[in-house]
Amino acid sequence: MMPRTMFDKIWDQHVILEREGNTLLHVDFHFCHDGSFNAFAKLAARGLPVRRPDRMVGTPDHYVPTTSRSIDDLASDDMKRVFRAFERNFTSHGITHFPIGDPRQGIIHVVGPEQGLTQPGLVIVCGDSHTSTHGAVGAIAFGIGASEVTHVMATQALWQKRPGTMRITIDGNRPDGVTGKDAILAIIARIGAVGGTGYAVEYAGSLIRAFSMEERFTVCNMSIEAGARCGMIAPDDTTFDWLKGRPFAPAGEQWDAALGFWKQVPGDPGAGFDREERLDGAALAPMVTWGTSPEQAVAVTGAVPDPDAEDDDERRAALVAAVDYMGLEPGQAMGDVIVDRVFIGSCTNSRIEDLRAAAAVVRGRRVRVSHAFVSPGSGLVKRQAEEEGLDRVFTEAGFEWRESACSMCVGMNGDVARPGERTASTSNRNFRGRQGPGVRTHLASPATAAAAAVHGRFVDIRGL
Amino acid sequence: MKPFTTVSAVAAPLDMINVDTDQVIPARFLGRPVDERYPDYLFHDLRFDADGAERPDFVLNRPGFRDASLLVTDRNFGCGSSREHAVTALVEAGFRAVIAPSFGDIFYANSLKNGFLPVRLPDEVCRRLRGMLHDGPGGEITVDLESQTVTAPDQTTWSFDIDPFQKRKVLHGVDDIDDTLGEIDAIRAFEREYDARMTWLTTRRTR
Ligand code: SF4
Repeated sequence: MMPRTMFDKIWDQHVILEREGNTLLHVDFHFCHDGSFNAFAKLAARGLPVRRPDRMVGTPDHYVPTTSRSIDDLASDDMKRVFRAFERNFTSHGITHFPIGDPRQGIIHVVGPEQGLTQPGLVIVCGDSHTSTHGAVGAIAFGIGASEVTHVMATQALWQKRPGTMRITIDGNRPDGVTGKDAILAIIARIGAVGGTGYAVEYAGSLIRAFSMEERFTVCNMSIEAGARCGMIAPDDTTFDWLKGRPFAPAGEQWDAALGFWKQVPGDPGAGFDREERLDGAALAPMVTWGTSPEQAVAVTGAVPDPDAEDDDERRAALVAAVDYMGLEPGQAMGDVIVDRVFIGSCTNSRIEDLRAAAAVVRGRRVRVSHAFVSPGSGLVKRQAEEEGLDRVFTEAGFEWRESACSMCVGMNGDVARPGERTASTSNRNFRGRQGPGVRTHLASPATAAAAAVHGRFVDIRGL
Repeated sequence: MKPFTTVSAVAAPLDMINVDTDQVIPARFLGRPVDERYPDYLFHDLRFDADGAERPDFVLNRPGFRDASLLVTDRNFGCGSSREHAVTALVEAGFRAVIAPSFGDIFYANSLKNGFLPVRLPDEVCRRLRGMLHDGPGGEITVDLESQTVTAPDQTTWSFDIDPFQKRKVLHGVDDIDDTLGEIDAIRAFEREYDARMTWLTTRRTR
């Protein structure tokens, strides 16, 4: 048999049938959040049941307030309606869920792995583009829209066309101050926001292997920002150690059976990819975005590009528009960019290690921006951080210590900045208006964002 | 699902790359019901300023383009979130298709599920089409799915690619769920064998 990539091996195991080059793919787990009401309504309109409630799990995140644990405190009637629908849908269909107030509630892409549901060799879908996160354990995980969510609820399967495969290799030792976030920002800056379109991406190389599970989740999370269908990393001892003992991870004899299977998940040696990219790990540096697309990222020691250096008229116009929206000057050093607010959270960077990294920078210092807050990725992350005293490190520095939700990553719960304000954010999208109309978002790692909070501008954490 | 066969309509040029779903419909509108206000949410923050007044520069606010039902734009249209509301907002505002060099993957899939046609044409073709529309506001483009062609205001015709399986579904308005449930025996047979092997898989707490 031809050597196969990890993606191909997992895919092949999930093929129910094929028609005209399209595959009906079996779905192992379907993760859901509070945005699922559209799909439940579509299902109800057709009078169909959820076919496999034993393969679904949900937790609210997008509309959840960070200042309270009460539905009554939600910012609007629209949100209250969304919330009541969530409770009703999950309860009536008998689906495991972690509602608001449950310590296990959190951002679904943090909660799935944390509960041990995100396992190697699976096909995982969710009505959210950052479902690519779960690929970090060696799974095919991708986001789908509401019609496809309804389809999965009704059938536990999905029509898909097999994407191409791409391998992105980063070898080398980890340079000082470089995290998973910096690696993925560098990758997107290199291949562009459409660089991964049409591909399933596998991240490989010694630098990736050296990443913790938390960092691997961060890397795979942002695969979608390069346009990729999904991102994945071959499971290894880091993965297995991380999974062991988690509530929904197999135990006892089941663990042994699962482990035997998981060890077969990585691709065969010599398997060919449709496209290969390489980055030099030693050349990586702490990164920050300057523009309105995640591909517009530079080293924190770098500068805003000069649109005049671009020959193509349309491309130059796009650069001018981004520089203008962001309120920056061409050639301005990133170190001169003054920050108004700092947000530490989101499914990209709100896990315990992220909070530890941010706290290490903040400890003993004072916030010099107008507002900074932390929203842990789940109630359990929050509890763990409190046990470690991280909450006090943040609050003593002047941060607010909030509850778990998507929060200012997307602002759907009302956590937004004001027009014209500039934020340093550990989230994944710096799109126009993402954090509120007219808000200017800079993406960075937890340590770099925390440093911006206590210095009031972007600084190179390697010099601290 | 509403079938898509052929559409001849006024097209508007949107000269922007990476138009993400937050641009198509800002997140704050996502909890709203789909009613007669929905068309106003489309491109809301590009079309209106902070006081709710129209931005005169935005293409859909300009004479000749206000009644457009087709869009011609630049690479990576619909990137970002998986929100199907982006397609709903376009459909509710009367749009039938969008032509671009590339699309966000999930947006592309969502479009087809709603009988809204995402058409991939090369960069230079999209550029030329946008140029023609700028030069002659109100110009009509024809998108024909059966023949897989786009005809410009000057009658130049280009063909586009679409997966034959997806083409058939959109052309005939095939209901995906009914179609798949027609295969329920194959699904059940697969699961019997699969579940017997992967005995540890459940979202129900087992210990
Ligand atoms: S944290 Fe942000 S990116 Fe992640 S699921 Fe929530 S809204 Fe989406």
